[in-house]
Amino acid sequence: MNKFTGVDYFQLESLYSDDEIMIRNSVREFVDHEIIPVIEKHYMEGTFPLHLVPKLAELGVFGPTLPQKYGCAEVNNVAYGLIMQELERGDSGVRSFASVQSGLVMYPIFTFGSEEQKDYWLPKLAAGEKIGCFGLTEPDFGSNPGGMITKAVKVDGGYLLNGAKMWITNGTIADVAVVWAKLDGKVKGFLVEKGMKGFSAPEMKGKHSLRASVTSELVFEDVFIPEANRLPLADGLKAPLMCLNQARYGIAWGVTGAMMAVYDSALSYAKSRIQFGKPIASFQMTQEKLVYILTEITKSQLLNYHLAKLKDKGEVKHTHISMAKRNNCEKALDAARVAREIFGANGILDEYPVMRHSANLESVKTYEGTHEMHTLILGEDITGIPAFE
Amino acid sequence: MKIAVCVSHVPDTAAKINIGADGKTIDPNGVTYVVNPYDEFAIEEALKTKEAAGGEVIAISLGGEANKETIRKALAMGVDSAVLLKDDNYRDSLSVAKALAEEIKAQNAELVFFGKQSVDFDNSVVGQMTAELLNYNCVSVVVSFKLEGNKITAEREIEGGKEVVETSLPAIITAQKGLNEPRYASLKGIMAAKKKTIEEKPAAAAENKVEVLGLKKPAAKQAGKIIGSDATAVPELVRLLKEEAKVI
Repeated sequence: MNKFTGVDYFQLESLYSDDEIMIRNSVREFVDHEIIPVIEKHYMEGTFPLHLVPKLAELGVFGPTLPQKYGCAEVNNVAYGLIMQELERGDSGVRSFASVQSGLVMYPIFTFGSEEQKDYWLPKLAAGEKIGCFGLTEPDFGSNPGGMITKAVKVDGGYLLNGAKMWITNGTIADVAVVWAKLDGKVKGFLVEKGMKGFSAPEMKGKHSLRASVTSELVFEDVFIPEANRLPLADGLKAPLMCLNQARYGIAWGVTGAMMAVYDSALSYAKSRIQFGKPIASFQMTQEKLVYILTEITKSQLLNYHLAKLKDKGEVKHTHISMAKRNNCEKALDAARVAREIFGANGILDEYPVMRHSANLESVKTYEGTHEMHTLILGEDITGIPAFE
Repeated sequence: MKIAVCVSHVPDTAAKINIGADGKTIDPNGVTYVVNPYDEFAIEEALKTKEAAGGEVIAISLGGEANKETIRKALAMGVDSAVLLKDDNYRDSLSVAKALAEEIKAQNAELVFFGKQSVDFDNSVVGQMTAELLNYNCVSVVVSFKLEGNKITAEREIEGGKEVVETSLPAIITAQKGLNEPRYASLKGIMAAKKKTIEEKPAAAAENKVEVLGLKKPAAKQAGKIIGSDATAVPELVRLLKEEAKVI
């Protein structure tokens, strides 16, 4: 296969700074050499490429926007977005790992944690020595996290935690779980560590999507959490929702990368696959499909770029992020399905990345706020009427 | 110890090259430039040597403003500082070597790494010429390198095998693929590179002994010929391989 040189129909390259381009190129090179050659095998076998964690840490993709004193690179949100884009061009599961570690574990510890918690955990998480996960969703509370039944009760020196979480990326391999539970009816955050008595994290099996990613349940049976493991500044449901904003931001960029992967491979296939004596790229219906995907990539890139600028200026609203997440995931899934059609039967094989991306994007469209919930968040924002209460 | 690494800025090997209007240079429009791939091995070896033996690594590059992109990549990989010897015009290999030798001397670098060749003009001589000009020892096309005190043990690729050689500092080493696995420029490295200096100075005057008269693209590939699909085509195939392709 030819070297991937990006998809940039609207010359966005001219908007990126030298550092942003260099960061993107370095991650792009990493994805080409380290992820793409091994990912199909992991996907088919249903395993996460754990050997990549130290390498990804060395590259610097865990918590890259956080301060240097914690061993992070302290890059801006354009660079962070480009990192996520390139990782997901490799695989949504690998991007999910980095999103969770960065946006859902390091971000809450940085934002709601004590100085001791930050000093202890952030350098280890940045270096990939420790892996984190985020426990909010429960078997019966997905789109409605406020209804959670996981509960903490104050006891001498700490808390007793009971309940269960589901659909937790990295759960089984995590050293620390950022767990949200109700204490006296109010949502609080706790750092639950691997090996704590009464805590288990069995892996969920049978996925047809995100197969190169670990998805788990978290089970808490009278788990004693020392006072030092509560996130002191997290108070109420707003705290986990702030974390989700970080992750959703990364997803909006990430799925653009998945679209680039399917476009790049569909275009090259269409130019080389001969039917009726000519390349299928010469047929109008194939051209329409390619144009559709390229247009959606370009639209998502423009949304992402301005979203990054708003985020860097501190002017981004959660509804802006909802719009980008909602639009880009929907279009990425459509684009992957359309790309698969260009490949005909060949599209279902692991020789090409399209079916894997397509199956992954089914999850990505649903997780971190379903497509429907983002619609209702935007609906409420423009009408002032919440449709989900 | 001061270690130097000489880096060149070359068209990406995946880029489609067009010849410029003057017929002597390539048209840079739409061409992505990268660090010469062999120089990446040189950078990595310089960094590994510094990490093991201490010292500092300086990158030296000769060319125009655009070379800063390659220099920044070297700095992002971990090189400490850099010098850009500015010259926008064509230079032959000896003229490049003279300018580099002058700077290496000024920097007092005892150990210098080059890529075994630049993938743009492929002359494969600048490292060796520079060594000659400086009266440094030189080992070329190196696939394994070890420095102990003043002593260098290196393996170089030769036709059908490897040659193990021993020499001493000061020395120039030209790197071949296989010498190491170049590191990725990390995000921290990229951010740190912003604070590192690139010293710019005019390159020593060029005295070219070789002039480029023109560039030509290779002849377009001819369409293949199908001479048949069964055993009856074999005599004709043999005749063509003998008389036309002249390969048997």
